[in-house]
Amino acid sequence: MRVLLVPTTSEAKLIARLKMANISKSFGATRALVDVGLEAFPGEVLALVGENGAGKSTLKKILSGAHLPDSGQMWVDGNSYNPKTPQAARQAGIAMIYQELSLAPHLSVMENIVLGVEPTVGPLVKWGEVYRRASEALHEIGLGDIDPGMKVRRLSLARQQMVEIARAIAFDCRVLVFDEPTSSLTSSDIKHLFALIRRLKDRGISVIYISHFLEEVKEISDRILVLRDGASVGTAATMGAKASEIVSMMVGREVEQLYPRSPRKLDGEVLLEVNKLSGMDKPTAASLEIKRGTVTGISGLIGAGRTELMRAIFGLDQIKDGEIKFGVFRGAAKPVTQWSRGMGMVSEDRKHEGLALNLSIADNITLPKLSGLGLTGWFRRLVLPSRQKKCSLQWINKVNIKCSGPAASVASLSGGNQQKVAIARLFHADVDVWLLDEPTRGIDVGSKAQIYELINELAAGDQGSGRKPKAILLISSYLPELLGVCDEIAVMDRGRLSKALPVSQWDEHKLMMVATGNLKTEKGRDPRNL
Amino acid sequence: MTELHSPPKTSIWQSNWVNTLGRFGVLIVVFGFFAWKVEDGKFYTPRNLENIARQSAVYATAALGMTLVIITAGIDLSIGSVIALTVVGVAWMLNLPAGANDILINRYPVGLPILAVIGGVVLATLAGLANGVMVVWLRISPFIVTLGTMGVFRGLAKGISQEKDIYPEVDTWISTIMEPTLTNPDRDWMLLPPGVWLLLVSALAGAFLLRYTRLGRHIYAVGSNEETARLCGVPVGRTKIIVYMLAGMFGGLAGLMQFSFISGIGQPTTGISYELFVIAAVVIGGASLMGGEGTIMGSVIGALMITILYMGGQQAGWPKWVQEMVIGGIIIAAVALDQLRHRGNA
Repeated sequence: MRVLLVPTTSEAKLIARLKMANISKSFGATRALVDVGLEAFPGEVLALVGENGAGKSTLKKILSGAHLPDSGQMWVDGNSYNPKTPQAARQAGIAMIYQELSLAPHLSVMENIVLGVEPTVGPLVKWGEVYRRASEALHEIGLGDIDPGMKVRRLSLARQQMVEIARAIAFDCRVLVFDEPTSSLTSSDIKHLFALIRRLKDRGISVIYISHFLEEVKEISDRILVLRDGASVGTAATMGAKASEIVSMMVGREVEQLYPRSPRKLDGEVLLEVNKLSGMDKPTAASLEIKRGTVTGISGLIGAGRTELMRAIFGLDQIKDGEIKFGVFRGAAKPVTQWSRGMGMVSEDRKHEGLALNLSIADNITLPKLSGLGLTGWFRRLVLPSRQKKCSLQWINKVNIKCSGPAASVASLSGGNQQKVAIARLFHADVDVWLLDEPTRGIDVGSKAQIYELINELAAGDQGSGRKPKAILLISSYLPELLGVCDEIAVMDRGRLSKALPVSQWDEHKLMMVATGNLKTEKGRDPRNL
Repeated sequence: MTELHSPPKTSIWQSNWVNTLGRFGVLIVVFGFFAWKVEDGKFYTPRNLENIARQSAVYATAALGMTLVIITAGIDLSIGSVIALTVVGVAWMLNLPAGANDILINRYPVGLPILAVIGGVVLATLAGLANGVMVVWLRISPFIVTLGTMGVFRGLAKGISQEKDIYPEVDTWISTIMEPTLTNPDRDWMLLPPGVWLLLVSALAGAFLLRYTRLGRHIYAVGSNEETARLCGVPVGRTKIIVYMLAGMFGGLAGLMQFSFISGIGQPTTGISYELFVIAAVVIGGASLMGGEGTIMGSVIGALMITILYMGGQQAGWPKWVQEMVIGGIIIAAVALDQLRHRGNA
C-alpha cells in the first residue's frame, strides 16, 4: 500500500464516523474486494476513486446492505454495523444517493421524503406532520422554495437529486454516500450541489463521494481513497495531491497523454452541411459544416438543444425547417437511410437508447448493417449467427472490448466496454460521418483514454493503408475533453448554435460564458477579444 | 494497453442449448411422472402419445406467432378469437350458396376447400394486421389493442355464424387434418396427422426466421430495446406490424387445426381463453414478457408441457380443480426459475 500522506494528529484523535476494516468479497472466482479498509470522519468528504471494476460499487453495496461481505468488520460511531438489508443501513444512518435517482416520480416531494416511514395514527397518514417534516428537511438544505406538495416528476433532475438529499436529512443520516452525483448535472447545478455538500459537512455528516471526475474530487473532497482491482492502493490528502499522480494510481501505470493528437489535415472536403436547421422545439436555425479529417465539438449546457440537433441530423427527430446536405444527398432522411449513406451515431443514453443490453455483443455491433452476413446467391440475404460473431470479433479486438467473446451479453460488460460496443457499431457500418453524443459519459479513465485514441485515429486517417480520415461531430459537457479532442468547437445556447471556431480560440471560461448566454460570438471574431 | 480487469465469464447456464435441454428434461420428468402415475401404462401407448401431439398442436401453432409477438415485448390477447374467426370463416365458405337451391361446394368439390383454407388463413392474417396497425399507428399498448380486438373478432365470428354453429353440408378433407393416423390403417402411412406435420414445418420455418434472417434479428432488437433499434435504423413499426400479421397467420393455421379437432363444425364459441394457454406455453418456454428473449423450441416444449399436465391430470383421475391449480403453479414456477437463473448471471 502506498500512502501519500499520513492522517494528521487532529484527525487521528477523532473516532471515525464510519470505519470499515479488512472487507473482502468474492463473486464466484472473481475477487471483487480484497482486505479493503476505510475510515471516514465527522465533517469530512472522503472521495472514492478508481476505474470501473475497481470495486467501488461492491464497497458501496456492502455499505448499503445490498451485499454481505465475506469477511471484515464495520463500525458506525464506534458501534458495530452489519446491515443485512438497505432498510437496516438507513436505520443506522447510512444513506445513498445513486447515479440513477430513486424517487417515485408520480408522488409528491413530501410523500417521497417520508416514503416507507410515513408517520401514522392507526391506518391514517398524519399529513400535517408529513408536510412539516418535509419542509423542515427542505429548509435545512436551503431548498425552502420547493413546494412539498409538488409532484417530483415536475422538478428538474438536479432538484430531484436535492429532494433525495432532503430525504436522507429527514432520516438523520450520519454518512451520506454519493455515487457519481454529477453525471447528469450542468455546471451551475454542480456548484449548488457542492455548496450543499459543504453544509452537510458543517453538520458533522461524513460524505463519501464516488466519482470519475478528478476535478470534482479535487474541489470537494478532503481525502482521497484510490481502489484498483479490488484492493485499496492508497489514500492521500486532497490538498497537495496531483491529478496525474491519482490517475497513475488508478490505472496502475503512467498516463502521459490523455488526449492524443496526430497531425490532422483540417482542409478536408465538407461532408455534412447543415443550414438554418430548426427542430420542433430546438435547435433554432443551426448552421454547421463538418469536414473530413476534423473533429467538431459542440459545447453547451444540458438541455440547450445539442442532442436534439444531432438527432435531427440523423433523422431520429422531426425537422421543422432548414436544410441538411450530406455528400450528394439533400434533405432529411430516416436513420436507416443515414446509415446506408455512411452516417452513424452513438447515443448519449447508453442504457435506454444506445444498446440492447440483453442481446449479445455480436447482435449489437452488426444491427445497423446486417448485409454481407449471409450465404451466396439466393441465401445472400440471410443473417448467419456464426458470421455475425466472426465479423464482430475483429471490431472487438479493434476497439479493445474486454469480454468472454462476441456471444456475451452486453449487460455483462462494464460501462466503458459497453460504450465501446456502441462505437464498434460505427466501425462495422464503416461510416464517414461519426455523430458522438457524450461518448465518454460515466465510463472509467482507461476506457476514456482508449476512446480518445480511437477518435484521434479516425480523424487522422492512415496514409499507409489508404484509409481516409473521417468527419466527427462530438457533443460533450466535459470541457477539458472538448478542448483536448476537438479541432473546432461551436457552442449551443438555448437552441442557438454559435459559429464553430478553431479550438485555439477557446478556453473553458469562454465556452462557459457563451453557453450561458453571457457572450456572443460573431463571425470570425476571436471570442477572447469580445 | 495493459489488462485492466479480467473479462467477465459467461456462465454455462446462460447458453441457449443448456437452457432448451433443461426445459426438455423437465418435460421428460413430467411425462415420466404421469407415465408412472396413470395405471396400466395407458399414458404411453402410441395412441395416447398421438393424442398428446394432436392436442398440443393447436396451442403450439398459435404459440409460434405469440413467441414472435412476445419477443418484441408485445402481447396478443386476441389469438383465441382469431382461432374462432378462422373456424367460422372456413365453415361459412364451405356453405356458400350457388343459386337458389344449390351450394358452391357441389360445383367445385376440389377448389372450394382449398379456397376456404386460404381464405381462413388470410382472414386471420388480416386480423393480425389490424392489431399491428393499431399498435403502431395509434400507439396504443398491445395489451389494450388486443384486449379490444379479442372482443371484436369474437363478435365478428358470432356475427358471421349468426350466433349458431355452422354445420357444413359436405364433409371435406379439411376436417380430417387432425384425425388420428395410428389407429386408422388407411392413414397410417402419414405417421402423424397432417396437422401435426404442419406444426413441425411451421416451427422449423419460425425458428429459421428468428435465427437466420434479418427480420429475426430485428424482432429481437425491437424487443430488447426499441430505442436502440430505431437508432440503428431498424424499421421498428414495420417489424411490429409484420410480427402481429405473423401471429394472426399462425393463429389461422391453429384455427384450421381446431376446425378439424372439433370435427369440422363452425363453432363461434371455440377457443375461448386459449390466449392464456398460448401465452403460458410461451412463457414456460423461456420468453420474457419484457421482450428480447424467447425461442420457438422453448414455446413448443411449453405447449407440450401444458398438454401433458392437462391430459395427464385427467387420466390420473385428478379432480379438475387440482389440475387447474397445478398448471397455474407450474407457470409461476417456470418463470421464477428463469428469474433465478438470470439473477445468478447478473
